[in-house]
Amino acid sequence: MKSATTGTRGMFTSDRGMNNFNNRMFTFFVWGISACIILFICALLYLILQKGLPSLTWDFIMGLPSEMEEGGGIGPALFNSFYMLLISLLIAVPLGMMAGIYLAEFAPENKVISFVRICVEGLASVPSIIFGLFGIALFVEMFQVGLTIIGGAVSLAFLNLPVMTRVTEEAIRAVPQDMKQASFALGATHLQTIRRALIPTAVSGIVTGICLVAGRAFGESAVIILTAGVTTSGEMWDFNLLSPGETLAVHLWYVQSEAIVPDAVSISDKSAAVLVFIILMFNILFRIPLWIKERKSR
Amino acid sequence: MQPIAMSAKDLSVSYGDSPAVRKVSLDFAAKQVTALIGPSGCGKSTFLRSLNRMNDLIPNCVVTGEIWIRDQDVNSPSTDVVSLRQKIGMVWQRPNPFHKSIYENIAFGPRYHGVKNKKKLDEIVEESLKKAALWEETKDRLHNSALALSGGQQQRLCIARSIAVKPELILMDEPASALDPVSTSKIEELIAELKQDYCIVIVTHNMHQAARVSDKTAFFLNGEVVEHDLTHNIFTNPQKPATNDYITGRFG
Ligand SMILES: Nc1ncnc2c1ncn2[C@@H]1O[C@H](COP(=O)(O)OP(=O)(O)OP(=O)(O)O)[C@@H](O)[C@H]1O
Ligand SMILES: [Mg+2]
Repeated sequence: MKSATTGTRGMFTSDRGMNNFNNRMFTFFVWGISACIILFICALLYLILQKGLPSLTWDFIMGLPSEMEEGGGIGPALFNSFYMLLISLLIAVPLGMMAGIYLAEFAPENKVISFVRICVEGLASVPSIIFGLFGIALFVEMFQVGLTIIGGAVSLAFLNLPVMTRVTEEAIRAVPQDMKQASFALGATHLQTIRRALIPTAVSGIVTGICLVAGRAFGESAVIILTAGVTTSGEMWDFNLLSPGETLAVHLWYVQSEAIVPDAVSISDKSAAVLVFIILMFNILFRIPLWIKERKSR
Repeated sequence: MQPIAMSAKDLSVSYGDSPAVRKVSLDFAAKQVTALIGPSGCGKSTFLRSLNRMNDLIPNCVVTGEIWIRDQDVNSPSTDVVSLRQKIGMVWQRPNPFHKSIYENIAFGPRYHGVKNKKKLDEIVEESLKKAALWEETKDRLHNSALALSGGQQQRLCIARSIAVKPELILMDEPASALDPVSTSKIEELIAELKQDYCIVIVTHNMHQAARVSDKTAFFLNGEVVEHDLTHNIFTNPQKPATNDYITGRFG
């Protein structure tokens, strides 16, 4: 028995000790790098939040900005951020999802479609300022509406459309084929299969996509500067789509680089903290329904 | 003698230029189990999939010939595929429940076909699970995820799901080959039970299983049916040498 084992061992000549050592080194290496990255992110968050959060007040968050004196708030810019985000998501998410579903489920396999796919992929990585220029051409020059909330929101939607399309397509494609077959075999139509079997299974990937897109829209500045401007209407809760639409991210840049208020540094610290805090919240809030769903399905 | 539930006449299927099923003619009687046996790659699954037009989903798949379910021509372009597939349940080798609760898995099909009433759905779910011998194990956890069930339970759930739309036939493609012996024998008992109401066509690589569960057996080889007869005759007194070689394990 014993000789038999050594006999087989003789065939597999690789060095166990060396393999084990490599394995351990690799684990250590990966672990170390992850730790570094997490440390870096935590430090960054700490730095931003620690500078801004302690001096944050409701007056600052809801207050009107001032051009000259100290003590201006970020109310309208913050409102615009959410308002434009909402409008751009209302445009980009349904359109992007439909395009993604089309590419994953209905598009024939031919050259035209592969070309479209390459274009979508390319568009997803085009610098955002290009979309800003496109927004100018469309809204400022063609429609002559000037720098507006609607112009900014639509340009943001264009910016996010390709990403949303890609993510949806990938998520739908990742659903196992046999799930789709099971639905068809029960007599479901294609539409029913997509609605009841494919989307519910792909929802986690799609929500990740929405988070990504929302975060990007919320933090975007180049597109907004070009299409919605660097001023607000100066009023709180201004739902007019044709008002100028400076957002928080733009305000941050504006205060840092252009403004002449004496407390610019403090304003930008606090704005940065609010911005980071909100984006963190997004990612958590969007995930909660998924967590609940996962809980249930365990 | 039972009436014929479904019959295929000169059915050929090819993928692009390569034929997978050649001129197969088979009749399936109601309330009987027909086993399809044969070596790997001989076209059993392809044949089975053409019975409920699942081959429509494969882009380069060409089906010619006739399939009749009562007086309906399955392959006719005017056939309503949705109601056809509702009449023909299908179970795969790998259990494929939806990522939903047990209840939702069963209610999935009936919902498609317009059952909205909650009480009616409850009834269908209970009845289907009972028929699939899964009710006792799941009645207290109907709203838990179907993915938490064992493989064997998942497969019975898939069977329950397919009978929830009240089909006339059930097609099974190696329904037990991914399961342990205990689950396998449960599935076999279930097939014997279901035979009272349905016409069942089952693909299997397990000779003993074919002998145990089926009334008739068809032996496929290279896309053709070599022999089709009562299971008893096939296993005790095959007429063709190829059949004999296969069931005695000399090839395949
Ligand atoms: N989607 C497909 N596209 C192209 N060829 C296919 C496809 N599915 C099956 N085939 C080919 O058709 C032939 C029959 O395959 P099929 O799956 O029907 O065999 P089978 O009898 O079910 O085999 P097994 O017992 O291994 O499941 C094989 O040669 C296979 O390569
Ligand atoms: Mg097969």
